[in-house]
Amino acid sequence: MSDFTKYLAGKVTAGGMNRREFMGRAVAAGLTISAAGELFATSAAAQAPKKGGALKLGLEGGAATDSIDPAKATSQVMFAAVRTWGDTLVETHPQTRAPIPALAESWAPSPDAKIWTFKIRKGVKFHDGKDMTTDDVVATLKRHSDSKTESGAAGVLKSITGIENKGGDLVVTLDSGNADLPAIFTDYHLVIQPGGGVDKPTAGIGTGAYKVKSFEPGVRMTFEKNTSDWRSDRGFVDTVEIVTMNDATARIAALSSGQVHFINRVDPKTVPLLKKAPNVELLTTAGGGHYVFIMHCDKAPFDNNDLRMALKYAIDREEMVKRILGGYGKVGNDFPINDTYALFPEGIEQRAYDPEKAKFHYKKSGHSGSVLLRTSEVAFPGAVDASVLFQQSAKKAGIEIEIKREPGDGYWSNVWNVQPFCASYWGSRATQDQFYSGAYLSSADWNDTKFKNEKFDKLLISARAELDEKKRKDMYREMAMLVRDEGGTILPMFNDFVNAGTKKLKGYVSDIGNDMSNGYVATRVWLDA
Amino acid sequence: MSNPIETKPAEAERPPGLRWKARFPLLSLIVERLLLSILLLFAVSVLIFGGVEALPGDFATTYLGQSATPQAVANIRSELGLDRPLVTRYVSWLGGALQGDFGTSWASRNSVSEQVGRRLGNSLFLAGFAALIAVPLAVGLGMLSVHFRNRMPDKIINVLSLAAISLPEFFIGYLLILYFAVNFGIATFPATVYEGMGFLERLQTIALPTATLVLVVLAHMMRMTRAAILSVMSSAYMETAELKGLSAARSIVKHAAPNALAPIINVVALNLAYLVVGVVVVEVVFVYPGMGQYMVDAVTVRDMPVVQACGLIFAAVYILLNMLADILAIVANPRLRHPR
Repeated sequence: MSDFTKYLAGKVTAGGMNRREFMGRAVAAGLTISAAGELFATSAAAQAPKKGGALKLGLEGGAATDSIDPAKATSQVMFAAVRTWGDTLVETHPQTRAPIPALAESWAPSPDAKIWTFKIRKGVKFHDGKDMTTDDVVATLKRHSDSKTESGAAGVLKSITGIENKGGDLVVTLDSGNADLPAIFTDYHLVIQPGGGVDKPTAGIGTGAYKVKSFEPGVRMTFEKNTSDWRSDRGFVDTVEIVTMNDATARIAALSSGQVHFINRVDPKTVPLLKKAPNVELLTTAGGGHYVFIMHCDKAPFDNNDLRMALKYAIDREEMVKRILGGYGKVGNDFPINDTYALFPEGIEQRAYDPEKAKFHYKKSGHSGSVLLRTSEVAFPGAVDASVLFQQSAKKAGIEIEIKREPGDGYWSNVWNVQPFCASYWGSRATQDQFYSGAYLSSADWNDTKFKNEKFDKLLISARAELDEKKRKDMYREMAMLVRDEGGTILPMFNDFVNAGTKKLKGYVSDIGNDMSNGYVATRVWLDA
Repeated sequence: MSNPIETKPAEAERPPGLRWKARFPLLSLIVERLLLSILLLFAVSVLIFGGVEALPGDFATTYLGQSATPQAVANIRSELGLDRPLVTRYVSWLGGALQGDFGTSWASRNSVSEQVGRRLGNSLFLAGFAALIAVPLAVGLGMLSVHFRNRMPDKIINVLSLAAISLPEFFIGYLLILYFAVNFGIATFPATVYEGMGFLERLQTIALPTATLVLVVLAHMMRMTRAAILSVMSSAYMETAELKGLSAARSIVKHAAPNALAPIINVVALNLAYLVVGVVVVEVVFVYPGMGQYMVDAVTVRDMPVVQACGLIFAAVYILLNMLADILAIVANPRLRHPR
């Protein structure tokens, strides 16, 4: 074992590296793939979870307006909270993102992927002692999808036409085939509540590893261990406390003084400082979230694909990742999918900064004068700086970008999806289909680039019902190419999730599904004495 | 002379309202101010309502954000009655508010009164302890610097308090956190208080934010005390006091202070109001669950019932404290107590 490989194995034991990262680096260091796999397994097993202790999390993204109703969970704090007290039917694998059973034991589609049958797990109890039944599941899904719903998951459930309990199994009927239905059921809004939560949506009763003990919106939420949890591979600490800390400096101070064990949203600019603190460890995970500059394909001057191409070539992606993300991210390729998604189409040529090509397309577009880019601090962290970088790299290609800084308040209702060229961000979605359906389909609610392409729409609908993975992957490649070469998205970078914990915090799973170990951080970690 | 007994004959010629006003100048002032403040609060509520309406986006769209679908937005709007005209909504809110019912928060669906009560309690707790330390300290230091006017102690007090007020409050907060919580580890951070916390534990928790607030408001009150007393000190009767051989300390406490009280009371009242309504930055830095943060959260998603309740409370605090300052200034000053 070389020293470097030993160092890698040590990092796995310390909980600082996921399998993906480990394999990549170990193989690069000259280990064969199977040897690296074994080494990962032994290093990971060397750390047996320790039970007990009081876990404290200091999280950004809570407000006094937070609701414990999962249908209304939109903030980061409520996302993590819901994952702590509730369970969904399906979960995703932390490293491959494939759907894996949770409250649903197994599932099977009809050949056209229109009718899905889910076997519901037996012997699971809610926190109030009642048995979790298929009727509860049916009522929950109905509450999130019926015509009166106010749920944040309403969009992804739109295609559901029937939800029934057939002999103890959950049967879901769709208006058209969708091979991704299990992945949709991993959505954190869709935690199963007694009676669907219709009577008491804010009761906070679920089947999760921890019971809600107290909740003060925007301040603090406490949990105690669910002693009759149906799973034994989670819920190691005795109590969990989530404190809302919206100030980045406050979070870092609380972590480095040991008052909390875990914080989210570490500003890349402060990472070098945080690394100097002796008791703190950085926990980063690659994710599918990304920062974008979006152009409306149907509005002048951006209705000209040559101008769009010119701008795509005029952005220096490498520099953005370095300067805006502090290196904690990957370059983007102008389509919203990266290798954190299942069926990612590999091998598409990486678009790079090329002033010559930008000049060529700009000339061909016949555009003259400057283009107006609207930006704001709220568009994404560092958006104003990123816009200035873009302006400078475009200038070298002879393209004049004028920057207009918009106020943060109201940016999402006045600028985004309204103005023809602005900065924005997207979080990750469970599947490629979900992402494209939400933001690139012609009829999508949030088609923020006004990308209307018949061929793309047809591919999306047929890929959705395609159960053959190889064929599906080919379709996704074709779609990615359409968005990349004709769409209105300039996608310079995918941002990593940058969290941090104290050295006492063990067992953190880098989950590519979403931030904070896909929200499961409290149920997956333990505290070293 | 303005002695009430001597003016009695003239009273009969005055209208009854004026007579009453002359006999109870203080009481009539209070009643007048209270009536005016009700009008003011009413105006404030109209302003807040209009202001929030003028903000881009409504509750349904801002609350759901990127996960909103047109259907869900429409459902929320019709449930909350956001589709009704502006005036109807204001009148129905006012109807509830006049009966003491501030409604439920649109976002969390909890009673506004209950939530505001808890947050206001937290804000008053922090402001109260900050004031308890800051006011005597500021006045005391002010007197001290008058006593040592233009000598070393005066200069030190001035430079230090000016330095404290010149630093932005969040920066003072960060400095205190850095040294007392992170480096020395002797203070509690974050300063999050919650229900079921013991009184002593609470006190310990708010040590750092209290210290920050004290440093922020100290200089203003201290310098006003110093200036007010100094201006009195240069008057003729103080010279007399000095000439007849009173000690400096005695002449300050007995003769200068009562005459200098009015401006000091005013600046103290202003700072107290600031401690209750203006400390949102300190709340955020110390993760303290007070009113300021509560209102900012509500404005962010246009949660009108909460914004209204917070706005009215803030306005009421300002009005009440200013009224109190005026009354105390009158009580403290014999010339104002018995107007001609």
